[in-house]
Amino acid sequence: MSRRHPRRPPAGRWRWAVLVAGGGLAAQLGGCGRTSPSPLDPHGPGAERVAGLWWLLFWISAVVFVVVSLLVAAALVRRRGDRDTLVRRGGGELLIVVGGVVVPAIVLTAVYVVGLRDLRALTVPRGTDLTVEVIGHDWWWEVRYPREGIVSANEIHVPVGRPVRLVLTSKDVIHSFWVPQLTVKTDLIPGHTNTTWIQASSPGAYRGQCAEYCGLQHAKMAILVVAEPPDAWAGWLAAERRPAAAATDPTAARGRLALERNSCAACHTVRGTAATGTVGPDLTHFGGRRTIGAGALPNTRGNLGGWIVNSQTVKPGNKMPPQPLTPEELQDLLAYLESLN
Amino acid sequence: MTTVAERTQRLAESWEEAPGLASWFKTVDHKKIGRRYIWTASVFFAAAGFEALALRTQLARPDQTLIGPGAYNQLFTMHGTTMIFLFATPMLFGFGNYFVPLMLGARDMAFPRLNAFGYWVFLFAGLLMNASFLFGQAPNGGWFNYVPLTGPEYTPEVNIGFYTVGLLFLGISTTAGAINFIVTTFKLRAPGMSLNRIPLFVWAVLATAFAVVFALPALNADNAMLLLDRKFGFHFFDPAAGGDPVLWQHLFWLFGHPDVYIIVLPALGIVSAIVPVFSRRPMVGYFWLVLANVATAVISFGVWVHHMFAVGLPQLSMSFFSAASLLITIPGGIQIFAWVATMLRGRVVLATPMLFVVGFLISFVAGGLTGVMFGVVPFDQQITDSYFVVAHFHYVLFGGAVFPILAAVYYWMPKITGRLLDERLGKLSFWLIFGGFNLLFFPMHVSGLLGMPRRVYTFLPGLGWEGWNLASSIGAYVVAAGFLATLGNLLWSLRRGRPAGDDPWGGDSLEWATSSPPPPYNFAAVPVVHSAYPLWEDRFRERLDTAQGSPGRQLAGDHEVLRTSELDAEPERAIEMPEETVVPLVVALGFLVAFGGLLAGWYLVAALGVPVVLAGLAAWAWPRREEVAR
Repeated sequence: MSRRHPRRPPAGRWRWAVLVAGGGLAAQLGGCGRTSPSPLDPHGPGAERVAGLWWLLFWISAVVFVVVSLLVAAALVRRRGDRDTLVRRGGGELLIVVGGVVVPAIVLTAVYVVGLRDLRALTVPRGTDLTVEVIGHDWWWEVRYPREGIVSANEIHVPVGRPVRLVLTSKDVIHSFWVPQLTVKTDLIPGHTNTTWIQASSPGAYRGQCAEYCGLQHAKMAILVVAEPPDAWAGWLAAERRPAAAATDPTAARGRLALERNSCAACHTVRGTAATGTVGPDLTHFGGRRTIGAGALPNTRGNLGGWIVNSQTVKPGNKMPPQPLTPEELQDLLAYLESLN
Repeated sequence: MTTVAERTQRLAESWEEAPGLASWFKTVDHKKIGRRYIWTASVFFAAAGFEALALRTQLARPDQTLIGPGAYNQLFTMHGTTMIFLFATPMLFGFGNYFVPLMLGARDMAFPRLNAFGYWVFLFAGLLMNASFLFGQAPNGGWFNYVPLTGPEYTPEVNIGFYTVGLLFLGISTTAGAINFIVTTFKLRAPGMSLNRIPLFVWAVLATAFAVVFALPALNADNAMLLLDRKFGFHFFDPAAGGDPVLWQHLFWLFGHPDVYIIVLPALGIVSAIVPVFSRRPMVGYFWLVLANVATAVISFGVWVHHMFAVGLPQLSMSFFSAASLLITIPGGIQIFAWVATMLRGRVVLATPMLFVVGFLISFVAGGLTGVMFGVVPFDQQITDSYFVVAHFHYVLFGGAVFPILAAVYYWMPKITGRLLDERLGKLSFWLIFGGFNLLFFPMHVSGLLGMPRRVYTFLPGLGWEGWNLASSIGAYVVAAGFLATLGNLLWSLRRGRPAGDDPWGGDSLEWATSSPPPPYNFAAVPVVHSAYPLWEDRFRERLDTAQGSPGRQLAGDHEVLRTSELDAEPERAIEMPEETVVPLVVALGFLVAFGGLLAGWYLVAALGVPVVLAGLAAWAWPRREEVAR
């Protein structure tokens, strides 16, 4: 009981941890992480506002954390007497009143007001006339432009600088739409219709991922928002409205037949062909998309071949069964799908 | 005239339970039951810890295939469910069971048989839920089990049945335990222990118990409705039939957020027990801490919607719940500054329990600050369900509950086992756990801020997430090593530890007034207290020793406790306590049959459980011969 306890202030050890962690954080968040879909690398007014809010909260928290840590450190490094006698002095309640009540009340009120201001700023701006419907499925995103008559999947194309209203719902379980660089997340709930909006301030492809656990393949349910200059976007829109491109070369023509005759057509739609299934994504302009399987793979010929033969190896449990195609049929099909621009 | 020794001997005989296997099933001793809670919860903690190690191993590198999505989803669901329901609350109830009566100067809990029953139900419910692994069908809907994913259409398999039935079953135990704590605290306090002298740990357990009683019905209603949906074709949550999946979320979080405080409050109570002892002075702001406990328990019922800010609720309602969520940090801040003030105005002794408390302070402040962030609606909408929130709640729950529990292990185990743990191994364990904890969870803030969502079984390379995930995975193994050190320390101390004596730390509360481990009757004479820190009163021990053998202070009937008044703890009368019995076990087994049958869909078997429960309850309530004679 009378053993002496080492009187080592732990502050020295912490300093290192703080330096390393802080340095790493700054490096990552401050520029090295350009490839990340980071909410702190905002490319739209919504995300920008919340990134600002984060830095406000971060600095307040950093100050509070340092102050409390210093108080704890001060208590630890003070001279300690023998532990058998009790300290009989009073006082200290002022610290509780000031540190525990007065200061937090002021800071929290300020934070609350800022939060309310930002919440209001996130409402859909007046005059937003472009609407996209996003429908969650296990485990992909159906994308519809109702006025333009476009149906697509896993990719939303938007013009830079223009607010786009998103109308969100779900076909099965709850999903959540989260493209961190553009705006905050909103859930897709069966039986409910939620509305949010996005606006991209610069061209680019912004990655998002389902943010509400939705079952087996929640991890592989990504979406891309592709922001293009208005002209390029208008071009995309015009192309997307047309039915599928006619199969010009003979391989692709055979591929179209393979698609229509095999089980593909039962689940997928290619407008302008006999394929009118609605279980899986619409493939009318599949050749132009950047990913396969809701962001599971880049859309390359090799990946696509592997996906068609057995997508279960890439995304186990997804609803597309392995396709028993002959090698020739597969090559034809790949040629056709690639031609669907 | 009988001598003091003879009277004490009689007391021992009347409280001692018969040795042997039968007694193992029949015990109603709060200390044995408390120990069982602690050990059982430790086993569940180890299981959930191994589950976490598996998860972190899978996520150490991108695109790994060590664990497939099906297994991963079961593992993360069971990790959370086990930690919340089968580790945190039972572990804290275990310490409560052991120490609340001791701190109150009582000889047992108010309802010893209910106490035994609560333990058996907890054990059976925990085993039932984990039995799902034997069938490869563990719950897989996440610990908050959102519908419709967990409804009959999307998970028809039995996985979710283990969750709903298991939690309904477990709820009986938790509710029974909470009621027992409430009655014990109000009716069995040592004379003189008025409300403003109750040890802060007991206050925390009391506030928690009230929160349990009011919060659990929401969870039970939720699970009952889901059970009806899944088994009997009801449509509470089915949007196609006019049901609403959002209803599940409201009810779940109406339980779920108070539950965070149900876990954290008693842990903060442990901190309030340890800080004054290792600062060598009474707590600064006792009254403030009591107020903070009660305020937290009350406000916790008004913050649940901050788990649902992305659901698409009206702005007005979000503004209200945002305000409440920010408000609840004030009682938290009061507690932090009360402990810091006590440390500053005292003389800190940095023994292992206090070291864990310091680790707690640092982590809990960090977790509290990120918690404030989630009270701000737009920030929450952006960052919720990312890895940042995983970091946040582990700072709150690991930092806020596991560190205090470890502090309690080093502080109170010597009372339970009679032997001190090794200080050097304890400090090694602390640094491994504290360092590993930060290496494990701090990087999750960053991966979340880099856009990584939670609950993913794998992730793609090239998104900037690799390094942070690898660091987290390494940290998980460091934490595991730290726990091994504490486990080794415990096992070593059982045989080789230095004898603790009655009061190894110079403690302030009544558990240190008796031997380590305490005799079955806890105190030979009922202690009388005059302050919130009885052992620091002048000549307290001498007064207690002189009281031994005095018939009034020993209670004439021997197997009795002293009932006192609710507010001022004025003695009312001695009440006789029940003997050991197998009845609580029988009733719990009856419930097990009923719930097991319900789970399996064997309704005849389930019905068989009902008469067992009824017969057991009848035997339980049957008046004893002496009572009838009176």
